[in-house]
Amino acid sequence: MAEIALSTAPAHLRHGSNSGQPLTRRDGLLKVTGAARFAADHHPPGLLHAVIAASTIARGRVVSLDLAAAMAHPGVVAVMTPAHKPPLAADPDAKTNPFMFRLDLLQNDRVRYAGQPIAVVIAETLEAATEGAALLAPRYQREPARVGFEDATVFTPPAVGVGSPAEVVVGDVAAELAAARLRIEATYETPAQYHNPIEPHAIVAAWDGEKLSVDTPSQGLAMARARIAGLFGIPAENIEIRSPFLGGGFGCKGMLSGPQVLGIMAARLVGWPVKLVLRREQMFGPVGHRAPSRQTLRLGAEAGGRLRALDHHTLTASSTFDDFFEPASNASHTLYASPALRSAHEAVRLDTGTPLFMRAPGEATGSIALESAIDEMAAACAMDPLAFRLENYAEVEPISGKPFSSKALRECYARGAERFGWTARPLAPGAMRDEAGLLVGWGVGTATFPALMFQGQARAVIRADGTGLIECGAQDMGQGAWTALAQIGADGLGLDLEQVEFRAGSSDLPDAGIAGGSAHTATAGMAIHAAGADAIGRLAALATGDERSALFGAGNAGVIARAGRLYRRDDETRSERYADILARAGLFEIDGRGSGAADPVALARYAMHAHGAVFAEVKIDPEFGQIRVSRLVGAFAAGRLVNPRLVRSQYYGGMIWGVSFALHERAVVDPRSGRVMNANLAEYRVPVNADVPSLEAILVEEEDPHVNALGIKGVGEIAITGSAGAIANAIWHATGRRLRRFPVTLEQVAGVAG
Amino acid sequence: MPQVSLTVNGKRHTVEVETRTLLVELLREKLGLTGTHVGCDTSQCGACVVHVDGTSVKSCTFLAVQADGASVTTIEGLAAADGTLHPMQAAFREHHALQCGFCTPGMVMSAIDLVNSHKERMSEAEIRHGLEGNLCRCTGYHNIVKAVAAAQEVMHGRAQAAE
Ligand code: FES
Ligand code: FES
Repeated sequence: MAEIALSTAPAHLRHGSNSGQPLTRRDGLLKVTGAARFAADHHPPGLLHAVIAASTIARGRVVSLDLAAAMAHPGVVAVMTPAHKPPLAADPDAKTNPFMFRLDLLQNDRVRYAGQPIAVVIAETLEAATEGAALLAPRYQREPARVGFEDATVFTPPAVGVGSPAEVVVGDVAAELAAARLRIEATYETPAQYHNPIEPHAIVAAWDGEKLSVDTPSQGLAMARARIAGLFGIPAENIEIRSPFLGGGFGCKGMLSGPQVLGIMAARLVGWPVKLVLRREQMFGPVGHRAPSRQTLRLGAEAGGRLRALDHHTLTASSTFDDFFEPASNASHTLYASPALRSAHEAVRLDTGTPLFMRAPGEATGSIALESAIDEMAAACAMDPLAFRLENYAEVEPISGKPFSSKALRECYARGAERFGWTARPLAPGAMRDEAGLLVGWGVGTATFPALMFQGQARAVIRADGTGLIECGAQDMGQGAWTALAQIGADGLGLDLEQVEFRAGSSDLPDAGIAGGSAHTATAGMAIHAAGADAIGRLAALATGDERSALFGAGNAGVIARAGRLYRRDDETRSERYADILARAGLFEIDGRGSGAADPVALARYAMHAHGAVFAEVKIDPEFGQIRVSRLVGAFAAGRLVNPRLVRSQYYGGMIWGVSFALHERAVVDPRSGRVMNANLAEYRVPVNADVPSLEAILVEEEDPHVNALGIKGVGEIAITGSAGAIANAIWHATGRRLRRFPVTLEQVAGVAG
Repeated sequence: MPQVSLTVNGKRHTVEVETRTLLVELLREKLGLTGTHVGCDTSQCGACVVHVDGTSVKSCTFLAVQADGASVTTIEGLAAADGTLHPMQAAFREHHALQCGFCTPGMVMSAIDLVNSHKERMSEAEIRHGLEGNLCRCTGYHNIVKAVAAAQEVMHGRAQAAE
């Protein structure tokens, strides 16, 4: 069972208010000493190593593999191929729910994307397995790969994202555009991006008869367990998955991936525990990516800057064999008031792995285009881009007409602008240089992300010694669940954080829902909160129904829990320790259960989103085109913050993903072979330390009485949105050039000084 | 198979390794020191950084046989026997210089070497350039730079340790 010893968090100031405290993360000690165990760190006795052989063609068939050569290599134990593999109980291409994706598990010799697993070599050492995989020397029957939008037929997908309609229309876009005094139309392109957490997918799988033990990073333990149970035809209770720490996830560890299942199959095949770890290049194929997009925005406005029409069209791509359509145009649903609004999506099918959820799926992709287009319209209106945004501030959600459950965006604009010094910004582009002669530009972007909740459960226990225990199969991919959820748990039980043991990260614990959609703290947090209330309620019933208790007759509603005691609400001189209540009842412990999910009534009535404003400064070398983000200030409002330190850290990380989106990340696909040509961390560029400016994240207070009882919105993804657009807009402001193909590279800007 | 004798975190080991075995595999699979991570296997990410005779080395691009006779320090060997953290570890923890923690061991090891080789106070920009060879996908680096800036004061005796 994964758990973290309680100890070092500084005592908080007031009892009953662990939440809201900027506590140091509780897993910090394990992580700075190397003691935190990630999946690949496990080494059960008898462990064998498995290495995937991946396809080097994007489409066709595997004609032959040199099995003899691989098997002859010393240390090689087995080669798993379509002809030699354990049977599965279900077709991995079958789908029974929208979160189920088709997996390549060596079911046949067909290749549907470059990097697809075509065999797995199992050996006594990693070196032997690696060499064995190289010796397979596959021969292929190759078919031409479809790699770009021009290579395939455009169609309208039945749904985008998770079940959103491909097209949503409000008002008459054509008429409003025609009537508008000013119009712009612009097309923006974003590339395929790969999640690339620093921890590659890894699995250590061990079978014991029909029981399976798995160490693997997972953002969704219960879903992963159900998927394995279905594929292998065993009861879910037979499977234990441990994932106390993920070395980053960003969406690619949300659904169990094909390579993880291959590790389980390999262990089944050889009858020994198997470790399978992806090489970095293997992270570019079978574990998901962000699909490329070509987005066309058409905006119409009055001369004074009031929008009349906003039309956001996205062309994106999925794989040839599965459906995930990046819902980029939906980014235009919530931010700017416009009498006519349309979001539309079309797609093609390419010979790639299936794209999946990647941090702010749709929101990030759509935001950079929308924020650029809004900026272009502001310029067309000769208006300051912040003033233009305020002119079109949405008082109700534009796409639905619903009021917002809370929206402190005006304050985000104001606080961010003030901190950044926005009022000093010259309206015209190309007007600022620094002392070294670099072009300087300032840009703004609006950030937004929906406040989602999934479904989760938790169990809370009060023990005979008066301490507490929270059990919740939550997943910590770095965001700080071990700390923030424990804070909520301590509050729910009326205890100090130090008195509460918190268990998470295992499929044997109650299903906490998926760690994704920036919804985990709200979902698991509400489940924990409810479980705590349930346990306290049961404890209170014991006390108030027992005439020997000081609380006798107070009634359930009449007590409050604080610092390990129940107090009569109307007379706080009368109280009793948890431990005493349990002792008198002869109980070893008392437990409660709770669940968390969105409130359908509130959902029907309100639009729920977090908001923010990001201000960026870029400096550009006029001759060489080198672009540097020199300042980034974000102000975000996301409801109640359980732990401001963790939240700020999420904003920093998100803002850097925005920098990366605008300036760095791009998978380059070879049009002839369909292979990703930069499938490594040298050429697939993510920001390094020296790329990153000094960051500021302002936490804007926001009370939200509707979103859930704890008032929590998500913070994990929002900061990418707004940041990327702010940088793009700053580049225009520095150079006077609108660069609409992302990432913006130095080739595009070189020689701008003219 | 060749034998390699080396000292790891103060303990002597003599192990048989294949000539193709990497130092990181020796540490992780043979010696069970799994705090050293592998993030890229092409020498870009720095998750695997350890010290060999006091200098930081990417152990994914260093053969185990090259470490014969050497003294290796990994993240597990930094804290004192009584658990007192190295000032860099303490600073990373205190300044929240981590999220998922996968890059952390390598980042800490690189940062220690960087500070050791810069007796003068490094500026933020120098720290950023000095740590260019370590990738972090989570934190945005901001707090890492703060932690290293704080730790250099302690390591060079200009300030007290965190905590
Ligand atoms: S694993 Fe050694 S540098 Fe990435
Ligand atoms: S903390 Fe996750 S990679 Fe650095």
